[in-house]
Amino acid sequence: MAEIIAHPRKAVAINPLKTSAPLGAALAFLGLDACQPLFHGSQGCTAFALVLMVRHFREAIPLQTTAMTEISTILGGADHIEQAISNIHQRARPRIIGLCTTGLTETRGEDMIGDLKLMRARHPEWHDLSVVFAPTPDYTGGLQEGWATAVTAMVNTLVPDGEATPAGCAPAVRDQINLLAGSHLTPGDLEVLREIVESFGLTPIILPDLSGSLDGHVPDRYIPHTLGGTRLEEIRAMGRSVHTLAVGEHMRGAADALTQRTGVPFTLFDHLVGLAANDRLVALLSDLSGRPAPPSLRRRRSQLVDAMLDGHFHFAGRQVAIAAEPDLLLALSALLAGLGCTIRTAVTSAASPVLAHVPAGRVTIGDLDDLETGARGCDLLVTHAQGAEIAKRLGIPLFRAGFPLFDRLGAAHRVTVGYRGSRDLIFEIGNIFLDHRSEHAPGHPPLHHEEDDDDRTIGSQAAAG
Amino acid sequence: MLKQKLQDVLNEPACATNQAKSTQDRRKGCSAKALVPGAAAGGCAFDGAKVALQPIADAAHLVHGPIACEGNSWDSRHAASSGPRLYRTGLTTDLQELDIIHGGEKKLFRAIGDIIERFDPPAIFVYQTCVPALIGDDLVKVCGLAAARFGKPVIPVNAPGFVGTKNLGNKLGGEALLDYVIGTREPEHTTPYDINVLGEYNVAGELWQVTPLFERLGIRLLASITGDGRYHDVCCAHRARVNMMVCAQALINLARKMEERWGIPYFEGSFYGIGDTSTALRTIARLLVERDAPADLLTRTEALIAEEEARAWTRLARYRPVLAGKRVLLYTGGVKSWSVISALQEMGMIVIGTSVRKSTETDKDRARDLLGPDARLFDQIPAREMYRMLQDGEADILISGGRTQFTALKARVPWLDINQERHHAYAGYDGMVEMVRQIHLELTNPIWTQVRAPAPWEQGA
Ligand code: SF4
Repeated sequence: MAEIIAHPRKAVAINPLKTSAPLGAALAFLGLDACQPLFHGSQGCTAFALVLMVRHFREAIPLQTTAMTEISTILGGADHIEQAISNIHQRARPRIIGLCTTGLTETRGEDMIGDLKLMRARHPEWHDLSVVFAPTPDYTGGLQEGWATAVTAMVNTLVPDGEATPAGCAPAVRDQINLLAGSHLTPGDLEVLREIVESFGLTPIILPDLSGSLDGHVPDRYIPHTLGGTRLEEIRAMGRSVHTLAVGEHMRGAADALTQRTGVPFTLFDHLVGLAANDRLVALLSDLSGRPAPPSLRRRRSQLVDAMLDGHFHFAGRQVAIAAEPDLLLALSALLAGLGCTIRTAVTSAASPVLAHVPAGRVTIGDLDDLETGARGCDLLVTHAQGAEIAKRLGIPLFRAGFPLFDRLGAAHRVTVGYRGSRDLIFEIGNIFLDHRSEHAPGHPPLHHEEDDDDRTIGSQAAAG
Repeated sequence: MLKQKLQDVLNEPACATNQAKSTQDRRKGCSAKALVPGAAAGGCAFDGAKVALQPIADAAHLVHGPIACEGNSWDSRHAASSGPRLYRTGLTTDLQELDIIHGGEKKLFRAIGDIIERFDPPAIFVYQTCVPALIGDDLVKVCGLAAARFGKPVIPVNAPGFVGTKNLGNKLGGEALLDYVIGTREPEHTTPYDINVLGEYNVAGELWQVTPLFERLGIRLLASITGDGRYHDVCCAHRARVNMMVCAQALINLARKMEERWGIPYFEGSFYGIGDTSTALRTIARLLVERDAPADLLTRTEALIAEEEARAWTRLARYRPVLAGKRVLLYTGGVKSWSVISALQEMGMIVIGTSVRKSTETDKDRARDLLGPDARLFDQIPAREMYRMLQDGEADILISGGRTQFTALKARVPWLDINQERHHAYAGYDGMVEMVRQIHLELTNPIWTQVRAPAPWEQGA
């Protein structure tokens, strides 16, 4: 059981790990088809989030702003929202607008739900437009939390209530399942998960589905909003699925909401990295479909086992410092510790129930400076692209994971889920260790690790097991 | 305080855009036009202030606000430093809900203390953002208290995002330098060849393409404001003989007020393009000589210009055969387009259109003169229209900032980056050669025929 250390008295974040909650919400909305995310705030917040997402995905990103000014903030921003929705509706014609608040408008405080109702009454022409509202003040949580808020809002706004509408009571579609995707899954991950689910003869509805919209396709015409992603019809049909898989503890809220609205039961996976998690997934899919695991999956499982056998020598006893949002932190540290690494330093961005399961002595809710301080003497650094400078300073190799990854090509396509993704992840990290083997030269004994580290290894492995 | 400052900056008499406006428009400020809800783009005033000041490399830059402002943007502006790295450290008070309820002033004060203890910088710039501005955190007061308590310059940069655009923020950043930095220290010695360069941020190291030219002429860059800047140099900037203002609109208020206060003449110039670089050097030399530098500077400058121009043209000549006749769509934000236009034309390229978004009327006339009657001057090209132009093959290459990058690439059209995050330096004589070389590399890259080939299943169609 990891001890959780928060820094309530720390006055300054040095090299933040966190990006903002509205950014996370916008990212989730980008996984819907024909959607336009919209920040209710000043235009600068949108510009920063936009630039960061563009640099990560290397794609044009549709993201708009209500363009609040100092005066409109004080007076209240309802008319700015109304104008923004009108303008977007006219120009881009999206089917969904994902409206996210920001620190600015949340500080002022507005009755957004009430305001939206009044606006709709004034604008009958919006009848074909859904507006999903996600309250995401910048001063609460980060990307992962904003993402979670947005997905819960999608469920509550777009999935018909089973009690209230006949559509919700329609008979279940036998081979249809829902997949609520957490923010730690890449478009590449989702592509693979879809294939795995389909290999059991099941059809997944993935919400949100970045693999449809941000997978780097080259469209043949200009589209001002998202192209690809979960379609509105699919979201509306989620109540007819036989089961929901939720990936990431931060998807629990959305899964709960979906169950409440539709009665569809859910199974939660913290992550889908490594052997155990994928065995659980395959067992569940077998159960749901009544089909045995297909030969291709069996083969991949054995490849993963082989990778673990070949690779573990290079992981054993290695000291790792890792900083990531809670669910990604758990996924990666579990894999590394599961191959014999010691998670010497674990840093995360926000509180979460999963932190207690991170196989480390303690988890610090902090910044990349906490990572840097705790990383001295480690063999590997794991965090997003902003860790590159730190890695250089410390002379420790960096494995990039999380958001943003603006200094890597194909950030959207990296796959770490499934048997095969886990296999490749082991190869990738293992090769870093291979490149940085300690030199065995006279006068340079291999790095001596403290006794208490070994104690911790033993303790944490017991906790992880 | 801030209100008054804003009025002051928005009324900048030396700003050409401003002069052209009616009194009523002027009162609305530089920002009034761009902000249409649901159809706005661009950074906020805080962004602009940070762009203008963060290149001061040995100072700490602390952002007072929730995570959105710094967490989403730190270390993303590629202003290069030849030494200190502290400016690249992301520092923010990361305000939480409780801070908003109780006010963030105490936390800010402690944050300043922590940074001084940890990094011991020569100064701290503290940036205000929207949320603390809205709840009434008094940045100026806290910075004053902290400066007194810790015995260090703590400079409030009062440009919360919602007061306006990035451009306005640039100016507010300049105001902070005037109010708290410039003139607070004397240089160890002065020379008749001391100049400042204002509004050059050393993106991708562009300043370093120019400083060797200064050095060869014996011109001393007293303070770079602010690319690869050092805090104490900026403090001494009031002793320079001449100010060169590079990014015309950004720091005009600073240039004008430095003239007012310390009698430093300024001129507007550019290091983009061969002709413009020569003109800039010539003007610097002339102004220095007018202020009592030895007159031989003029002849030495002419000699250097002649030599450098000849060398540049020789190096450029080899690219001409490929570049001649190719059509360019030039869509720039900050970079002065005509400097680039003349260089492209020298290569025989045809500029089919250029953006004049941030240009003054004089700029536009100049662009029209250069381009002739057929070229189009765009205020803004909607993404849809730009995509169509490129798909219809109206241009062979798009030269633009990052925002339109994917419009070009998705249309499978070559693209050259000239925005703030670019990786190549294009200033001075060497920079222009580099730009042409990059255009050449891009146009002749073997991928274009490959990616335009039809897929096997389209072959028959
Ligand atoms: S608009 Fe305000 S809150 Fe948004 S990034 Fe700029 S300063 Fe921060």
